[in-house]
Amino acid sequence: MAEETITLEVTRYRPREDREPRAQAFTVPYRKDWVVLDALNHIKDRVDGTLTYRWSCRMGVCGSCGMMVNGVPKLTCAAFLRDYLPGPIRVEPLAYFPVIRDLVVDIEDFMGKLRRVMPWIIRRTEQPLTAGEYRQTPAQLEAYKQFSMCINCMLCYAACPVYGLSPLFIGPAAIALGYRYNLDSRDEGYHLRQPILAEAVGVWQCTFVGECSAVCPKGVDPAAAIQRSKVAGAKDWFLSILLPRGGRS
Amino acid sequence: MSAPPAPRPGLYYPKMPATWWLRRPAYLRFMLREVSSVFIAIFLAVLMVQVYRAGQGPEAYAAFLERLASPGWIAFHAVALGFALYHSVTWLKLTAVVQVVRLGEHQVPPRLVAAGAFAFWGILSLAILFAVLLRS
Repeated sequence: MAEETITLEVTRYRPREDREPRAQAFTVPYRKDWVVLDALNHIKDRVDGTLTYRWSCRMGVCGSCGMMVNGVPKLTCAAFLRDYLPGPIRVEPLAYFPVIRDLVVDIEDFMGKLRRVMPWIIRRTEQPLTAGEYRQTPAQLEAYKQFSMCINCMLCYAACPVYGLSPLFIGPAAIALGYRYNLDSRDEGYHLRQPILAEAVGVWQCTFVGECSAVCPKGVDPAAAIQRSKVAGAKDWFLSILLPRGGRS
Repeated sequence: MSAPPAPRPGLYYPKMPATWWLRRPAYLRFMLREVSSVFIAIFLAVLMVQVYRAGQGPEAYAAFLERLASPGWIAFHAVALGFALYHSVTWLKLTAVVQVVRLGEHQVPPRLVAAGAFAFWGILSLAILFAVLLRS
């Protein structure tokens, strides 16, 4: 019996040689338990060793293997071939990001934005180690927990047309992570972080398309984080008008 | 605000086609939601003229109503009603995402918040309909 196969149309781009990306078709064995990443690994191991893409953990934790699968941002380690029968499956680099080679995109822009929102706990004064850990109640943990599940896979950026149209937009994941620390009861950095989230290229760029939340593989809701940061920003502005000498403690 | 990063040689910078909103059904639904505001704005402008005409006396008002009874304006209002309903549904659904409602230490599920908003909208609409029918 002939082996079952499926075709992948993979984007190829060779820097300094190609003017623009092109699609190359590869026919690979079809296995019910294979994901798109398995098919790419098969191509690299058996067909064309020059195919370039990022991957690491193969279990939806590292966030490296995000690509466009049939036009939708997906972790390729979680995109089963069986869900795209009979094919062909279009595999492209994450949308809106500059392409370095084949399926590898340049993530410098995102890394810079992530640093800007200061996604770490900021304290006015650190308590000494002898004072023990900063404690939280389960309710205080619950307030930010879903936003802390972000794995920086950037699928949300590839789903956001606002980021595509306005590349300066801080974007869904970075804002969600900034918001996550604003919600953390141990954090005292709201006054440093919120002005960055609330600037012109921050939350106000978002027009609430909502696809960032729809494509998130970890169930994070960046769209909610952005809209709630808008509410916080608007509240701060009203308070600054009503109480010019500082309404916030 | 940071400056746009300078393009780096060798990298391919994808361009956003003008038809990006046709690429995915979710984008098209988003654009329809945004476009709905145009129809609602025109409806509100017509409503303001209607109020102005009402202030000019019964004859002016009757003449205005007669113009509104033309097939073109009826078609416009039917489309505007459709967009207004669509906009209202999306707005109420999104409100539940934005507004965190807490009961004690627990967050009320957004679906329940949305259900409450829809129930309030329905009751309010029925009350207005009832009041209008009672007067006519």
